[in-house]
This record gives sequence, structure tokens and C-alpha cells, in this order.
Amino acid sequence: MTTPNPEKQPLTALVNREAPLDPAQYEARGGWRGIRRALTMSPDEVIEEVKNSKLRGRGGAGFNTGLKWSFVPKEPAKDRLKYVVANGDEMEPGTFKDRILVEGNPLQLIEGMMITGHAIQADHGIIFLRGEYHLGLERLQKAVIQAREAGWLGKNIQGSGFDFDIHVHPSGGRYICGEETALITALEGRRANPRSKPPFPQVGGLWGAPTVVNNIETFSNVPPILANGNDWYLGLSNCEDGGTKLYGVSGRAKNPGVFELPLGTSLGVILNEYAGGMQDGYKLRAFLPGGASTAFLGAEHENILMDYPSPEKAGSRLGTGLAILLDDRTCPIGMLKNLEHFFAQESCGWCTPCRDGLPWVERLLNVIEDGKGTQEDIDRLHDAARMIGPMGRTFCAHAPGAIAPLSSGLTLFAEDFQRHIRQQRCTFSQGRSAEQAA
Amino acid sequence: MSTADNTAQNAELPSDLVQTFRDMAAHEHHARGASIEALRLVQERFGWISDAHLAQTAQVLGMTPADLDGIATYFNLLFRKPVGKNVIMLCDSVSCWLMGQEQTRDRLCKKLQIKMGETTSDGEFTLLPIVCLGHCDHAPAMLIGKELYGPVRPEDIDAIIDDVRSKNHDHA
Ligand SMILES: Cc1cc2nc3c(=O)[nH]c(=O)nc-3n(C[C@H](O)[C@H](O)[C@H](O)COP(=O)(O)O)c2cc1C
Ligand code: SF4
Ligand code: FES
Repeated sequence: MTTPNPEKQPLTALVNREAPLDPAQYEARGGWRGIRRALTMSPDEVIEEVKNSKLRGRGGAGFNTGLKWSFVPKEPAKDRLKYVVANGDEMEPGTFKDRILVEGNPLQLIEGMMITGHAIQADHGIIFLRGEYHLGLERLQKAVIQAREAGWLGKNIQGSGFDFDIHVHPSGGRYICGEETALITALEGRRANPRSKPPFPQVGGLWGAPTVVNNIETFSNVPPILANGNDWYLGLSNCEDGGTKLYGVSGRAKNPGVFELPLGTSLGVILNEYAGGMQDGYKLRAFLPGGASTAFLGAEHENILMDYPSPEKAGSRLGTGLAILLDDRTCPIGMLKNLEHFFAQESCGWCTPCRDGLPWVERLLNVIEDGKGTQEDIDRLHDAARMIGPMGRTFCAHAPGAIAPLSSGLTLFAEDFQRHIRQQRCTFSQGRSAEQAA
Repeated sequence: MSTADNTAQNAELPSDLVQTFRDMAAHEHHARGASIEALRLVQERFGWISDAHLAQTAQVLGMTPADLDGIATYFNLLFRKPVGKNVIMLCDSVSCWLMGQEQTRDRLCKKLQIKMGETTSDGEFTLLPIVCLGHCDHAPAMLIGKELYGPVRPEDIDAIIDDVRSKNHDHA
């Protein structure tokens, strides 16, 4: 990355993965300006500002953040507990952005949660971090202590009368903990099963109290919005929604990684200008635009804008904005099998179509990839996709997310499915790239 | 559960841990809110969560052992059986698979002479699959204890394992 520019890269400009800034250094580099300004505003004014910045949640669903906060009942926290919860579960395969923020600049996340606390009049913050992020956990815990010692957390913050403190919760590890109601259930010390809605967490969340759950990247956007205002934030993006985005690619790119770019940058630019293009000898065949639970798009969509509406128009989702690349030498059915193995294993077991349907899908893909499949097996996969996939048949979006790559893959890779059946074998060696055949 | 392999499993929970759990529980709306973190602390101290420790933790938190066991068995990172001195978690998710995780896995199994899910006979290593470690730009990725590795190619395995082994012996 070139010289970090806080005017253009508000999320990563202060990221230092060797040693994150302490509260004083953070202040010297422009930190704490957001919360200072927020504390001069009323809670409603803060919510209005964030709403108008057109910040949409970066955890996958893309809901307007200020609007979400506005659903929290208005009474102050003194009368009734309220919670601000940061979702740092980050177990979606192919997604590796929040790690950089917690390891590199935890204070910006803390400041974002403080501003949210002021906006919804909550004084409790909890950071839910996946248990495998050992370095992130250590750095976050240290940052919370440092912030408290410097008077940025605790009672009467910087003499303003505002109270807010943060607890860091390391997870016991399960993908489903990232689903916001399951995350709340986990924080209550229960098996992390999702809950039916309503009540929505903003009204009845943790211990029944109003709770706002946002992604770590979402919270990290909030301080710069408050510090610099809406117009500046809207001006950062190349599209209707505001801000920059942590984009990235994994798979056979020359330099896979994460890059902070204007929201609405095309995949082609991300891949070719930032990730160095495809490795020599590999061509882009298809990609999952934003993690394992998004639908495949073919290489003809290489220049699609990675904003919220464009992938949707093409039949997929922006998701977490980190694309996974399928190259022309790797078996797409092998890739689907890997994806469905993950979803089958990580189903929480609450709903029958998800618990029983996904292992069945995995088995069918296995048979086909082994060269023992028939046309009927493909028909069954289509049936399964049709029956498990639609939103609303299960408690949470895990099942629809699991089906997104499958149903798109059945269409996009129809020829590969047919060839596996006709030739009764995988024409890519063991489902791996041709390279490994040698 | 077998007995001889770990003397700590039947011991009383140390009083400092019990006190920590009481403090954590007091900060929660309900004591059970501390359960996952408490189990993590037991495991950090003893390597795994024995029946005896589970029951005592449940008592401090005012839960039944069965209730707490329901939680302990739900989460991937909580171990209800002894594990080796070093737990190796090899990512088997999609970006790592695309980059040749299967070859790395085969080499790792061969080097340790165990299958996924097993512990080496000298008790040094337990090998487990894990979902995406958020290190997909360094695929295939692997975690040994708290140390993150990647990209781990098959030819890197011998050096990594030998290095961890020799560090273990330095500390012993
Ligand atoms: C199965 C499943 C897993 C999820 N995992 C995560 C996650 O790891 N991190 C995250 O921020 N959101 C995750 N989400 C989305 C959350 O439910 C929720 O929409 C999000 O945390 C809201 O924050 P945002 O509005 O800032 O995006 C997941 C959703 C589902 C259905
Ligand atoms: S859809 Fe799957 S993961 Fe979600 S609640 Fe139902 S069984 Fe659990
Ligand atoms: S897929 Fe292996 S680290 Fe992300």
C-alpha cells in the first residue's frame, strides 16, 4: 500500500500491525476527534449524522447503520440497560478484514463503540472476538486498559458526564456465533442458537435489553464520520452509499491481501491493480464476490462494481467484500464440495432443512466429484437448492447462505457437472488443479 | 474417561480460578454469562476441561453440570478430552483448499504419523481441522498454539514441526 492517507483511507491510515498506537499517539494522529464532537451533539443528532452518511453495515447484510440505531428505544441507559456489541466473529471463509483492524488499530473500534453508546444512550460495550484471534485479543485487551487509564473509558469520560466501558469476550468458536441473535445467545452463556425475530435485538437483545450489534469494520467507520462530517464521507465513495471499503481477494492471485478503496471500486481494479492479477498460467473463471455465502459470478463480471446494488443485480451479494477467486485449473465441483462441507459442519442444528439437507448436499457432490454420479444426483441437488435455499424457511440466513454458491454453481458449471457424469471421473486431478496432476 | 493420563483432572479447581469466576459472574447480568470465558480459563490452565473441573465450575456459576456440558460440547475451541501439548489447527476452508491445503494436510499427517483429529503417541501434538482462520491471503494457513503460520506448503512442514518440538524441549 502507498503512504497511508487519513483523508482517503480512514479505516487503515492509522493501522500499525507491528505495534498499534496508544491513546496519546492516537490523539496526536487525529484520534478521539469523533467522540469529542459527538459529545457536543445530542444522541439524535449523532444518529442523524450517521444515517445521512449512508454508512451501511459491513458484516454482510448491508443495513443502514444510523437507521438501525434509531430503532433503539430512547430512554437513557440509567433507567434500563442497553448494550453496544461489536461482532468480531469473522469466521466466514474467505473473509479476513476485521482481523487487521483489531490487530492494527483497536482504539478506532473502541472510539466507534463509544460514539454508538452515546447515540443510543448505552453505557455497556462488549467486543465479541473469535477465539482463534490470539494476537487481536491481546491487543484489544491492552487497548481497553490503556483507554481506561487515559480516561477514555469508564465513568465521566474526559469530564463530559458520559459513562461507557467495554468488556472483551473471546468466543468458544462456532461460525453461527457471527449471526447476531446467536451471538447474543452465546454472550448469555448458552449454546449459540439463533433466535426468532421479533423481538429484534435493538428492542430485546442481550438479557432482554436493547442491543445494537454491528460489525467491527462498521464501528471503525464511525469516528471518521463524526470527525469529518457527512459530505466528506459521501465524497470518499464511487457510488451512492458512503465511505471506503476493505476489499480483498484470495485464491490464485499474485498478491492476495486487503486494500482500502472507495466503495464502488470494480473487482477488476482490485484484482489487477492491487492484487497483482492472476498467477501466471491461471485464468479467472468465476468468483464469490464477498465470502463463502455469496453466489458465484462468472469471469464475464470481472469489471462489476463492488458496491451494494451491482452484485445484487448480477444475482449475488457484496457480502463482506472479499472475493474468492476460482481459476480455470481447479475443479468447481471440488470447490463446491469444500464450501458445502463447511456449511453442513457449521449448521447449528436448529432447523431440519439446514441440519439434514446440507450433509445430503455434501454427499451428493462427493459422489459426483468421485465420478460415480448420475443425472438424477444433479436433479436432487437442484431440488435441495430449491427447498433449502429461500429466506424464511429456516431460523437464520445460514441455510440461504449455504445454498447461494450451490444454486449459482449448478448453472454456471453445468458443463463440468455433465462431464463428470459422462466420463465418470474428475477431469481435474482429484478435484485439484491440473498442476497437481503431474 | 481414562484416568492415568492426567493427574490434574480430578484435582480441586485452584482457589484463584474460583475467585476469578466469582468476580466474572458478579459483573454479569446472570452468572451463566461468565460460563464460556470460565471454561476457556480452565482449559488455559489444564489444557482441557475434565468432568471434575466442569462440575466445580458449574457449581460456582450456579448451573447444573449437564447445562454447562451442553455449552462445553457446543464450541469448537473447548476440549472435553485431553489434547497434546501443542494443538495444531489446520484450516480446511475454501481459500486454503484452493491453494493446496490437501497436500499440506497429507504431509502434516505423514510427518506426525497421525490422522486428523488424533494426538501423537508422545503427547506432543494434536492435529485438528479448523474453519477459515482469517489468514486467507496467506493460504494454506495453520495455527499452532497461539502462533499463526501461512502460507504453509508441504515442503515447509518438516522445519515447522521440528522447530516447535525443539522449543518444547528447551522449555521442559
Ligand atoms: C451464519 C451467519 C454468520 C455471520 N457471521 C458474521 C460475522 O462473523 N461478523 C459479522 O459482522 N456479521 C456476521 N453475520 C451478520 C450478522 O448477523 C449481522 O448482520 C451483522 O453483525 C450486523 O452488523 P452490520 O450491520 O454492521 O453489518 C453473520 C450472519 C449469518 C447468518
Ligand atoms: S438455518 Fe441452520 S444455522 Fe440457522 S438456525 Fe437453522 S439450523 Fe441453525
Ligand atoms: S480459508 Fe483458510 S484462512 Fe481463510
